[in-house]
Amino acid sequence: MTRLLVRGGTVVDETGTRRADVLIDGGAIAAVGEGLRAGDAGRVLDAGGCLVAPGLVDLHAHLRQPGHEEAETIETGARAAALGGYTAVVAMPNTEPAIDCASVVRDVLELAATAACAVHPAGAITAGRAGARLAPMAEMAALGVRLFTDDGAGVQDGRLMRRALEYGSALGATLAQHCEDDSLAAGGHLHEGEWSSRLGIPGIPAEAEELMVARDVALCRLTGAPVHFLHLSTAGSIALVRTAKAEGLAVTAEAAPHHFTLTAAAAAGYDPVYKVNPPLRTDADVAAVRAGLADGAIDAIATDHAPHPPEAKEAPFDQAPPGMLGLETALALGLTELVGGHGGAGPGLGVEALLGLLSWQPARIAGLTGEHGGPVEAGRGANLCVIDPDATWTVDPDRLASRSRNTPYAGRAMTGRVRHTLLRGELVVLDGEAQR
Amino acid sequence: MTRHLLAIDDLGDDGIEEVLRLTESFVEVSERAIPKVPTLRGRTVVSLFYEESTRTRLSFEAAAKRLSADTMNFNVGASAVAKGESLRDTVLTIEAMGVDAVIVRHASAGVPVQVARWVEASVINAGDGWHEHPTQALLDCYTLRERLGSLDGRRIAIVGDVKHSRVARSDVAAFASLGADVVLVAPPTLLPPSLVGWPVEVSHDLDEVLPKVDAVVLLRMQQERQNEALVPSLREYTATYGLTRRRAGLLSDGAVVMHPGPMNRGVEIAADVADLACSVVTRQVANGVAVRMAVLFLLLAAEARP
Ligand SMILES: [Zn+2]
Repeated sequence: MTRLLVRGGTVVDETGTRRADVLIDGGAIAAVGEGLRAGDAGRVLDAGGCLVAPGLVDLHAHLRQPGHEEAETIETGARAAALGGYTAVVAMPNTEPAIDCASVVRDVLELAATAACAVHPAGAITAGRAGARLAPMAEMAALGVRLFTDDGAGVQDGRLMRRALEYGSALGATLAQHCEDDSLAAGGHLHEGEWSSRLGIPGIPAEAEELMVARDVALCRLTGAPVHFLHLSTAGSIALVRTAKAEGLAVTAEAAPHHFTLTAAAAAGYDPVYKVNPPLRTDADVAAVRAGLADGAIDAIATDHAPHPPEAKEAPFDQAPPGMLGLETALALGLTELVGGHGGAGPGLGVEALLGLLSWQPARIAGLTGEHGGPVEAGRGANLCVIDPDATWTVDPDRLASRSRNTPYAGRAMTGRVRHTLLRGELVVLDGEAQR
Repeated sequence: MTRHLLAIDDLGDDGIEEVLRLTESFVEVSERAIPKVPTLRGRTVVSLFYEESTRTRLSFEAAAKRLSADTMNFNVGASAVAKGESLRDTVLTIEAMGVDAVIVRHASAGVPVQVARWVEASVINAGDGWHEHPTQALLDCYTLRERLGSLDGRRIAIVGDVKHSRVARSDVAAFASLGADVVLVAPPTLLPPSLVGWPVEVSHDLDEVLPKVDAVVLLRMQQERQNEALVPSLREYTATYGLTRRRAGLLSDGAVVMHPGPMNRGVEIAADVADLACSVVTRQVANGVAVRMAVLFLLLAAEARP
C-alpha cells in the first residue's frame, strides 16, 4: 500500500480543530502535523478548504441482505455509506432470515469483507424478532456483535426485555430499542394529529413511543444494563431520556436526520416516500430533536437508512412499507439544517459537535472506538473522511449509489459533501466517486 | 379551473357554486324525454373501483352516458390486483388506452391524489378511505339547497362516526364553504384525534343540538366499531347518538334529515324515522347523477355550455 498524504485540510476530531496534514501508511495514520511530506512514492490529496475527520459511524442502517436484495445489498449499501462519509455502519437484523444466530452473523460478515465500509451486524434480541424468547446472544457476541435489537419492532413484553437486559449485561452488550407500543400504534401510518386527521390516515400517537421509552428507562434503572434508544422522534421521549441521564442511568439515544428535518405535513400529498417509522411528527418535535442534539440528550445521529424498491413505494400510503434512504444525505443535512448553511433554522451546532454526533459518539455506543471515530493521531487506523463543507449540491435520486431511490430529499439543495473516504488507508471514495 | 376533483377544497368557493349551478341545468336535462346531451361526445371516462360500490359507480356511469361520453369500467378486483400488478402499473395501463377522465374509488386514503400525479387525464375521487367523497358532499349541498335555499348561516349537525367517514370530511369542507355552521356530534372516540383547522363546533349532546339545527346528516355506524372499543355496544350508541323517534321530535319544523346511505335502520336512525329521511335520500339519488354530470362537465368541457 502506498503512502498517502492528505494535505492542507482542517482536522476535526474529539480533541479539537486544527490545521494539519495527515500522512497515511499501510492502512494506519503515520503522522499528523503541519508541513508533512509524502515521500517519493506517495500520493497527495489536496484537502484545502476541507475538513479531515474520523470516518462517520452509523448506528442504524437497513442493508436488507440477506433476503431483500432487490432493495439493497451489503455491497450497494456500504458503497452508499462510504459516499456519505461512513467508514462503519451497524446493520440492522430485520433481514430474512433475521440476524438472530451465529450462522447469519457469519454470512453477513463474509459478505461485508469486501464492502466499501466496515459492516457490523446487530443481533436480534429475540429469536426471529418474534418477541417471544431470547435469541442466542452469547454466540453472536462471541463473533463480535455488540448491539442487539429487534428493530422494526419493539420488544413488547416487559418481562422478556428485563431478562434480555440482565442476560446481555454479562456479554458487554448494549440493547437497542425501537420504541413502539404496539397496542397504541397498531394500524397507524402517520403521526396522529392534525395531518392524520385531515388526510384520513390512521395515526400513531407520540405516546406509543414514549410509553416504551419510559418503560425501558425503568428497566435500565432496575437492571443497571445499558439501553440505547433508536430513532427518537418525540419531544416527550427526548425529555424522558434527558431526565434519565440526569439521574445517571446508562441510557443513550439517537435521532434520524428526517426527524430534525421533516414533519407530517410532508405527507399532505400522500406520497409514501414520506412514510417512515417512527413517523414524521410536528414542528415542536423537530425543535425538540434539534435541542436534544445540541444539549446532549441525544448522543448520535443515525440514518435509519431503509431502502425499498420503487414498486413498494408506489402503493397506497397505508399499504406502502415505512422507511427512507439516509446514508448519502445525513452529513449534508446535518451541515445544512443544524450547523446552518442554507436556511438552517437550527440551534447553531458547531461542526465539531455535529461530527461528534455522526462519528465518535456513535462509535462509542457501537463499541468501535478502537478502530472508528478517531481521534486523528499517529498509530490509529486510517478510517477517515474528507468533507468539503461549502460544496453545494442537489439530491438526485437517480444518482444515489443505493439500489433504491426512496429519498425524501429529491431536488433539495444541500450544503456540504464528502470528497474522499478512506477505509483502513484505502481510498474507497475519491473526489465523490466510489472506488469499490 | 381545477383539472381534478380529489377533495372539496380543489373547487374553491366559486367552484362549488358553479357545480351547483350546473347541477340545476342537468337536473332539467334529466327530466327530458331523452335525457341526453352531446357535450362529451368522443371523450372517454373510465371507472376504476378498487372498492365495490355499485350505487356510486352506476351514478357516475349514468352521468357520463347522459353527456354522451364513452364509458369503460375497469374491474380491478378481477384482473390487476389478482396478478399482483402495482397500483401505478394499473393506472398507466389504463392511461395508455387514451382516457379523458378516471373515476377512482379505493379503500385507502389518498389513492386518487396519487393517481392524479401519474396521469394526464382528469381524476375524480369517488371515495378514498376515510379521506373524502366530494361528489357525495356536492350532492348533499344541492339537496339541502333544494330544501333550505341558501346555506349561508344555516346550522348543520353531522352525527356519528366522523373519524372514519370520508363523507363527513367532504361535507364539512363543502358546508363551511357555503357559509353554514357545522356541529359534529359524536363520542370522542369517533371524532378525529385532532380538529385543528376544521371549521366546526363539537358536541356530545344530541338532544341539546337537535332543536337548533336546520339539517342533520347521520353517518353510517359500522358493526366493527364496537369490537375496536370505540363504543361499548351499538345499543349504547343508539341510546346516546341515534336519531330515535323521540329525538326526531326535537327537530324544528322544516329541518332536513339526511343519510349518505346505506342506512342501518335501528342503529343510527330509528326505522320509522328513516322513512322521514327517505324522501330526501331518494331525492339524493336522483340529484347524484346530475351532480356528477356537472362535475364531469366542469372538468372536461368547461369551455362549452350545456
Ligand atoms: Zn426502527
